[in-house]
Amino acid sequence: MKRTLFDKIWDAHVVAEEAGRPAVLYIDLHLVHEVTSPQAFAGLAERGLPVRRPDRTVATMDHSIPTNGLPIADDAARTQLRTLADNCRRHGITLYDADSAHRGIVHVIGPELGYTQPGMTIVCGDSHTSTHGAFGALAFGIGTSEVEHVLASQCLLQTKPKTLEVRFEGALPDGASAKDLVLAMCAELGVGGATGHVIEYTGEAIRALDMEGRMTVCNMSIEAGARAGMIAPDAKTFAWLAGRAHVPRAAAWHAAVDRWRELHTDDGAVFDRTVVIDASRIEPMITFGTNPGMGMPIAASVPANPADARLARALEYMGLTPGEPLLGRPIDVVFIGSCTNARLSDMRAAAGVMRGKKVAAGVRVLVVPGSQAVKRAAEAEGLDRVFRDAGAEWREPGCSMCIAMNGDAIEPGQYAVSTSNRNFEGRQGRGGRTFLASPETAAAAAITGRITDARTLGESP
Amino acid sequence: MNVTSHAVVLPGDDIDTDQIIPARFLKGTRKTGLGEHLFADWPAFRRHERGARILVTGHNFGCGSSREHAPWALVDWGFRAVIARSFADIFRQNATKNGLLPVALPEAACVRLELALQANPALPVTVDLASERVSLPDAGWIAFSIDPFAKHCLLNGLDELSYILTFSDRITAHEQR
Repeated sequence: MKRTLFDKIWDAHVVAEEAGRPAVLYIDLHLVHEVTSPQAFAGLAERGLPVRRPDRTVATMDHSIPTNGLPIADDAARTQLRTLADNCRRHGITLYDADSAHRGIVHVIGPELGYTQPGMTIVCGDSHTSTHGAFGALAFGIGTSEVEHVLASQCLLQTKPKTLEVRFEGALPDGASAKDLVLAMCAELGVGGATGHVIEYTGEAIRALDMEGRMTVCNMSIEAGARAGMIAPDAKTFAWLAGRAHVPRAAAWHAAVDRWRELHTDDGAVFDRTVVIDASRIEPMITFGTNPGMGMPIAASVPANPADARLARALEYMGLTPGEPLLGRPIDVVFIGSCTNARLSDMRAAAGVMRGKKVAAGVRVLVVPGSQAVKRAAEAEGLDRVFRDAGAEWREPGCSMCIAMNGDAIEPGQYAVSTSNRNFEGRQGRGGRTFLASPETAAAAAITGRITDARTLGESP
Repeated sequence: MNVTSHAVVLPGDDIDTDQIIPARFLKGTRKTGLGEHLFADWPAFRRHERGARILVTGHNFGCGSSREHAPWALVDWGFRAVIARSFADIFRQNATKNGLLPVALPEAACVRLELALQANPALPVTVDLASERVSLPDAGWIAFSIDPFAKHCLLNGLDELSYILTFSDRITAHEQR
């Protein structure tokens, strides 16, 4: 029986499956944060249940934690963070606390610390858990009831999803990044196009991506509605993980790598659906609307389709006119961060554009590294100086302005170019308007104060 | 499980969970009291009186964030069923765990329902889980389908965790493999 990568991981984790019932699926790693866990821990307490595997549970603080340092001024956020700390202490769960040198966005620190490994099932009460699929894991977001299920049983009830191969043929051109690739996919599939499916990303352009780029791609699988996104592990995966804090050591490492080499879709295995995208035609992308599927090449014009009510509503919210170009449009805020684009390579990409330049007058630029480790590594390379000297704010790690629940938010009516993953109405602050793009495009907008093609920065207008 | 009520129509596709409940209301530690923030930034919705138990909407309802605060807020407001063209995966799973019925109907059926509600906003709509039917007075019924296990749990008041825990021995065996 020829199997897909997804099939192999699924089959290895089915604990039980009764006729007409969803499968009981074992979860290898459960990541926890402050926002979607308090009610789950409270549910456990009501039932008088322990956490079954605190050793397979890892917690961090990222969503509501401020990025301008301690102490925490917001009472509600402070209570939520303290609740997480209390719950972790009570149940013996490792917590990367507010002052931990390893704290960061849950989807940044999981891989960074080597918790995320090929072949695992990984869940978290966060839809961007799909990020970890970059390592050949089956990783998906869950609700708080399911967080409680996993805390109590280390299992979840799951109906087997369908499989979708998204194959990127050809090479991504210079000047286009992993973020552009995944925004192009979201534009192709639409925001619900992969609902009910687990995506496996294949093809030359995916193989050519480094691990951080692969994480960016898998991260946004949910923005096409997919349950998860995954990429078969290869030599790059193993090299990236080698020596990280929580991966196996010595002989166990070599045994693990031998097992992980089997984690690929067999020749002749059949996906429920396949979509082929020509990567060689992908250009720097930007969104114009209010979901991540409403994206276009940066030099294109906003679509005009009078029959499309969804588009009309989105353009009204965005204050855009059908048919107008976005290049040159003034913006107010630039956000470089989030679980999509806050790793060291993202910081380098943004700094590469901003080095020796100044942020345009009147533009607020927030650079938020994904973890303390990213922050330290960026500072060791002097990237913080590049950002600060340009006039940007260099912050403490967290989700920050991606979800705008920690005090970092754009003002009503403002326009932001953001490296995050969602441009929903009000996502970055009530009434705020978001253009999603790559770190290079965001950095270029920071310098010019306008939507700018980073490839042409420095050329006369 | 049987819900009969007038219905609120919320036109639009891809209504994401940030619209259902914006992130600024996620800083609590309880499931309760979120109804007052339901569609907080949607004045058109906020003009509706509370009381309707059925919401009728477009495609891909509940896309985006995995926040279970979305069904918590809908249930706290008073809704017991959402009739939509389609649902996002995580929202659908979160809904049934909170006694909120995700009822997916084809486009034509939704349009028929919306026209009937436009003509008479007080029209009582019935969602019957046992027979998997939505019915309108004098206008017959429309079949829907729902995950059979979710239906079983909802009709019998079972919760998934209790079901999972019946497999404790097999979970232990899996861990010892």
